[in-house]
This record gives sequence, structure tokens and C-alpha cells, in this order.
Amino acid sequence: MTTLLSFQDLRKEYFGVPAVRDLTLDIRAGDVVGVIGENGAGKSTLMNMVGGVVQPTDGEMRWQGEPYRPRSPGDATARGIAFIHQELNLFTNLTIAENIFVDQFPSRFGMIDRPAMRQRTADLLQQLALDVSPDTDVDSLAPGERQLVEIAKALHRDAELIIFDEPTTSLTPRETARLFETIERLKADGKTILYISHILGDVKRLSDAIVVLRDGELVEQGAAADFDVPAMITAMIGRALGGLYPERTSEPRDDVLFSARGLTQPGILEDVSFDIRAGEILGLFGLMGSGRSEMARIVFGLDPLERGTLALQGRPLTGGVRQRIASGLAFVTEDRRAEGLLMDAAIADNLSLVAIEEFGRTPLAFLDKTRLARRTGQMQADMLIKAGDIRTQPARALSGGNQQKVVIGKWLMRHPALFILDEPTRGVDVGAKFEIYALADRLAAAGSGVLFISSELEELTGMCDRIMVMNRGEVMGGFDRAAFSDRDILAMAFGKRVPADEVAA
Amino acid sequence: MTDSGPRATVSGRDEFPAAPSVRQRAMRLFLSDYFVLYLSLAYFLVLVPFLPTLSNPANLANILSNMWPLLVVAVGQTFVLTIAGIDLSQGSVVGFTSVIGAMLLATSASPDVLSNAPIWGLIIDEAGGPLANVPGGVLVAIVAMVAAGAMIGAANGLAIAHFRMPPFMVTLVTMIVISAFAIFLTQSENIRNLPESYIQLGKGDIVSVYFGEQAESRIPRRQIHSFITYPMLIAVSVAILAHVLLNSTVFGRQVFAIGTNRRAAEISGIPVRRVIVLVFTISAICATIGALLYSTRLEAGRPTLGDGNFLLDVIGATVIGGTSLFGGKGKIIWTVFGVFFFVLLSNTLNLMNLSSFHIDMVKGAVIVAAALLDVLRTRLIRGEAS
Repeated sequence: MTTLLSFQDLRKEYFGVPAVRDLTLDIRAGDVVGVIGENGAGKSTLMNMVGGVVQPTDGEMRWQGEPYRPRSPGDATARGIAFIHQELNLFTNLTIAENIFVDQFPSRFGMIDRPAMRQRTADLLQQLALDVSPDTDVDSLAPGERQLVEIAKALHRDAELIIFDEPTTSLTPRETARLFETIERLKADGKTILYISHILGDVKRLSDAIVVLRDGELVEQGAAADFDVPAMITAMIGRALGGLYPERTSEPRDDVLFSARGLTQPGILEDVSFDIRAGEILGLFGLMGSGRSEMARIVFGLDPLERGTLALQGRPLTGGVRQRIASGLAFVTEDRRAEGLLMDAAIADNLSLVAIEEFGRTPLAFLDKTRLARRTGQMQADMLIKAGDIRTQPARALSGGNQQKVVIGKWLMRHPALFILDEPTRGVDVGAKFEIYALADRLAAAGSGVLFISSELEELTGMCDRIMVMNRGEVMGGFDRAAFSDRDILAMAFGKRVPADEVAA
Repeated sequence: MTDSGPRATVSGRDEFPAAPSVRQRAMRLFLSDYFVLYLSLAYFLVLVPFLPTLSNPANLANILSNMWPLLVVAVGQTFVLTIAGIDLSQGSVVGFTSVIGAMLLATSASPDVLSNAPIWGLIIDEAGGPLANVPGGVLVAIVAMVAAGAMIGAANGLAIAHFRMPPFMVTLVTMIVISAFAIFLTQSENIRNLPESYIQLGKGDIVSVYFGEQAESRIPRRQIHSFITYPMLIAVSVAILAHVLLNSTVFGRQVFAIGTNRRAAEISGIPVRRVIVLVFTISAICATIGALLYSTRLEAGRPTLGDGNFLLDVIGATVIGGTSLFGGKGKIIWTVFGVFFFVLLSNTLNLMNLSSFHIDMVKGAVIVAAALLDVLRTRLIRGEAS
């Protein structure tokens, strides 16, 4: 086999701080290469150099044996390198065909040649087994289908190397399976794939070779067959991890902390009832569109509720977001960048955001800056947030895991009674995941309730006291810890009903 | 770059063991709070040899006196830009409230000028306005002006916060409606004959300086240059108050949070709507205080006082200072320097005997450059942080 892309002593520094250190690596044509490493290990920087987004400080890249020095993303595309990003780069207001041809519309007599566009798009979609019309608006496609459109775009440009960056984060299990089939097919067609993911089982399953990065260095590489998941984790974090999940240190108490009765919002929720006890971690599992995040938003007062009642610590939960926060609710949303953090504001300002009114007697009175600095500093220490000066460093500069710790920390400043965690470990590396799990355990041990929403079933079975399953806006049933079974939970998530009395606490 | 935060000040200790490179120094200067001040001083020094009148005491006093009213209005705009909004209605508030104050306070009025105006006979007549020669009337009139301004600002804020209408649209409509209403009130005429105690607010000086020997017993008025004036005191007080409000209160933190990410602020329990209404109210009150200064300097209430390119001056000066049009980033001190630069620029262009068209073209170009700098600075800070 020939080498498609190689790096020779490749180095990239940002303001004197190396992000990738003297990396030497060959990528063979036709391989699926899994690239793993914690956030900040240098994966993104490496990919950005390949994609021409940033230029190396030192060293060189070779593409099919020729020196390769992309000055812009366009150079990379021209050579046959395609990216499938975590956040997809599609124009949702355009059709599939328009998206695929967006940078080079075919023209006839100066007009866009729509029949040719449609024909070519239909061929590509067929290759990928996506059975929709080329004229479908991307708007109306599911996340998995959108990703296939991205792949079609790459194929249209005759990409030789396709780089997948966390492609499964917003996919349902079924869509994920379909993506993997597609990757197999691409490989059979002789394409080379770089597959970056935090989901190590997937990486192992898909890859021919695995490359492990840590602190900008290549620490291990080899055939995928030679790795197992624990070995991958050890290589990534540089030490063995005791386990993926911390031991639970407490049992749920008997008193009901939170109860929802008959929550109904047409088209979103249908007669949803459940309780959370003090000290309990209740998992909420469901596929995309099952209504799990929508329910969290309704409970938090962000979206309207037509019928049903909510109570926290025996008192009815009503009013807007502010009132519910005052009653003791906290909400870690699934979209950390858009809804959780002030990305460009200092870490300390993020930490103090929720509790800020406690630091001034009235909104117009002087802030108690000494106490503010002390409390935020304490929170940084408690949450093990790895950062420089939290008063000046913006949240943007933190890794995903540390960003998530900032979001959780800002809520902890107010000692809430019920935590809603919506996908708290998405885009977070293994080490920080463990810390977030340990934190959930600590919250429960202190008597708070936790509603843990996740599309990773494994972490729910690892951490929760009970798991409740939703499908199409309804609670399908629930499982106690002793009865956890991946197969049964998944079956329920796909719509198989179980007697409701098993859910009751 | 771990511990030198964005916008670290340039002066003071050098924390790096090795001397920073020229590039690093240039960047720190560029990102400094005082960048625009340095820029203004450099501009001043470069031009002095070519425009000798620039450094005349009379001209310097003129630059200062042009600064104060603009500063007050720009301070209000700083709040609005910081929550990622924009207030286009400030100019119309200036014109409208100047008319309110003048029609209440005028000591007499000429029917030749105002008899066609709807307020003639209703509020004002030959004997002046209802508060003419009333003890404490000036204070009452100012309260009325501020109340009128605050109501306009609150209406802007309510529309923007509660109906989620874009600030651009809301304040554009307010601008058109309010300036039309102000012109209607006086039929586009100025209201003159304002009481002396009111005019003092815009013209009164506290410390004045005279350069040269005292050859005669009485120094001609035009050789005395006002240095510390009432407008200066008013403007500096407003700026200090605004600085404290923005930097040292819960409200200020909420303003920044909303400007950085309104959605995240809402979910974190920040009273987003209330803060937006307050910010637009503050902006209009600042415009009203600006109206007070402009109108007393002019010794008239004038419905078109804030028309034309006034808006360009306000937003231009604020953006040049460094307050971001994207929200989340604003400082009163930046605005002070931005206003200084802008006033200096206008002054030098005037001294070059350029026509007002040329002046506006240059100003426009400078504002575009400032907006570009804003983008560049944001990129640099992000680059430095990553």
C-alpha cells in the first residue's frame, strides 16, 4: 500500500506554546485511521493544518509523495481532502442539490443547469443509499441525513481523504449504524478515512489503525486489533483509569423531591408523570425527537406547558425561569456554546452569572468584588477547573470538559435542589467525563436530585439509580438499577411499551 | 499566553523576563485601553506643525467644549452597543427634549416666528412658557425633559425586549416619528429667549485661563479661555456614574452578560427584559442631558438639533473608542477617548478649511476603519486566548 499523506516533524505553536510537537506519521491510502486523544491533545490543530486552516510552524506535510503546503481550505479541497465537521457546514435554507454545488454551480448559456445538478445529486445520493429527492430542503432532513449530504458533497469533489470529526454526536443509534455502513462502503471504494471520536468503541470497530495523541505528541500508534478500550484510555490520559464510572457513594432517600404530573403540550409531551427522590440520579433516555430535551426545557420554564403540574420540595413550580431558579432548579443545557456559556467573557464572570444578584444588595449597589473573587476562586478549586487567571481568561480558551465544569459550577453557586443535566458529557474527554460523573454522585450524596439526560445509554446505566425511557413525547416505562438491560431499554426507546407501574418510585 | 489577559495595559511592570519583541509590544499597545488616546495624541502632534492654530488655547478650549455634549450622548450609546443593540433615536430625543425645555422656559416669544406652531397659545405665547420666571422653574423643566426622554427610551426598550423586535428597526422608527413630532410642535422654528440661569448650564465656566501679560485693566472676553465649565462637570459626572454602573454593579454585569450571549443569560436567570428596557432608557436620558448642553449652548430649543450627521458622530465616536458593535465589550473610558479623537478629527478637518461634505466623507472613512479595527481586535484577542 502507498502512503497518501505523511507528516514529518510537523509542529505548530500558538504564541510560543506548542499545540502539535514534532509529529511524524504516515497515513496509508485506503485505511480507516482512528485518531484519539483528550481535548487539547492536538487533534484539531493537526486537522486544521491538513485542511489549510492554519499553517505549520515547522516540519512538512507530503500528499501522495509531493510536498503539501495548503495556504487555505480551498487548497485542501482542490487536492481531494474533505472534512465532515462536528457542526455541519450546510445551508439549511437550500436544497440538497444546491448545497452540493454551492461553490460551483454548473451553467448552461449563463443559467444554472438545474437538470444536470439534479442528475448528479441523485447519483450521489443513490451511492450513499439516501432515498430522498435532490430538491429536498436540507432544513427538513434529520441530522444523520444531513451528514450524508456532507459526504455526498465530498464525493462530488472526488475527495481522496475524508476526515470525520466527532460525526456521531447528534445521531441516533440507527443513524450511527447507517453512517458506519457508509464508511465501510467508502473504504471499499478505496477512500482513505481519518476518524476522530471520543467514543472509543466506535473507533476500535471502524479503524484499521489507531493513532493516539497526547499533549500535541504522537504517543502510540498501531493496528486497531492491538488496542482495546482500556488500553486506548490509558494511552490517551497517560495513566490507567480506575474505571469509566465512579462508585456511587449514596442511596436515594425516601422523600420525593420533585414530581411531575400529567405534563401535556400538544405535539411535544403527552401525559408525562414521574418523581425524583432526594439523592437520586434519574436517567432519562430517548432517541432524538423523543421529547427528552423538550421536557427539560418545559420543566425549567423556557417553553410553555398546556396542562400538568410540577412541584419541587412540595411547593408548586410555576412562573418563568427566574422564579424556578429561585425555587431551586438548575439546568445544564445540551448546547454549551449557545446556551450555557458566555464564551468571550472571563471564566469568573461565567461562574458568577447565576448567583450575581447575591453580590450586591440591589442591582445598582456596588458589587462586593472581594467576596465575588473569593467565591469564584473557591468554585474553580472545587470543580478542578484547569485554567490560568479566571478573571481574565475567556471561557472560549478552555477545553470542552473544563467548559462544562464552568457551566455546572455557576449553578452550584446557588446550591440548587434539582439539577437537570442535558447531555453533560457531550464533546468532553474521558478524564473530564469521569469528573462530571463523580460530581453528579456528589450532588446526589448531598441530597440534591439529578435528572440525567443522555443519548449514551452506557453512561446512564453506569451512573443512574433509575432510568426512564421516553418515545414520541411519552414516558414508555422505567427500570431500576437492578433491572438495567441495554437491550430492553433500547427496545423501549424504539417504542416497545412496558407496564407503567414499574416506573413509579 | 496564559496570564497576560486581553487588553493588558501597556505601561507598568514588564512581567516577561526577556524583552518582548517588537511585534508583541505593538500588539499590546494595540490592545491597550489607552490605544485611542495615544492615537489621538500622535495625530495631534503630527498635525501641529502644519496647523499652528491647532494648539492655540482658544482652539483647545473649543475642542474641549465640543467634547462634553457629545460625550454624554455617546455614554448612553455605549450601554446600548454593549448589549449588542443600537440606538438610532438619540438624535431625535436631543431635538425633541430641547424643544420641551425651551417651550417651558422661554421668557418671551415672537408671534412672527411661532404663531403658526401648534404650541402657540397652548403652551407658549408672547409672555413665554409656563415656567418663565417661576422660581425653580429650570429644575422643573429639566425634570420634564428627562421624563420625556426616559419615556421614549423605555418605549424603545419595551418594544425590543418584550416583542423581540430588532433594535435597529424600533429606534429607526422612533427617530423618524419623534423628530417629525418635534418639528411639528414648533413648525421647524427655534424657540429663543431662554432664561440666563438655564443658559449658564451650557456656557457657564468655573475656571478660565488667560495667557499673556495683563496690559489693560480689563482683559477682553475673547482672550479668556474657559477651561473648567459646567458642561464639563456635568459630562464628567455622567461618565463617572456610567463607569461605576457598568463596572461595579450587578446591573453592569448583567449588561455584559446579555451582550455576550442573550440566550445563555436568559437561561441563567438574568432579568434580560428588564435590563434591556433600562439600557434604552439610560440611552435616552443621556441624549436628554446632551440636549440640555447643546440647547443651552445654542441659547435656543431647536427641533432639528440632533438631525443630520449627529448620529454618525455619536456612534462613530463610541465605536472608535473600542466598544464593539457585536456586543459584550464596552468601556466608558474607551468612549471618552473615542469622543476626544472624533472631536479632534472634526476640529482639524475644519481647520484645514475643508467643506462639510469632505469632512463627512473623511469621518465616514474613519468610522469604517474603526469598525474594521473592532473585528481585528476581536480576532486578535481570541487568537491570543487559544
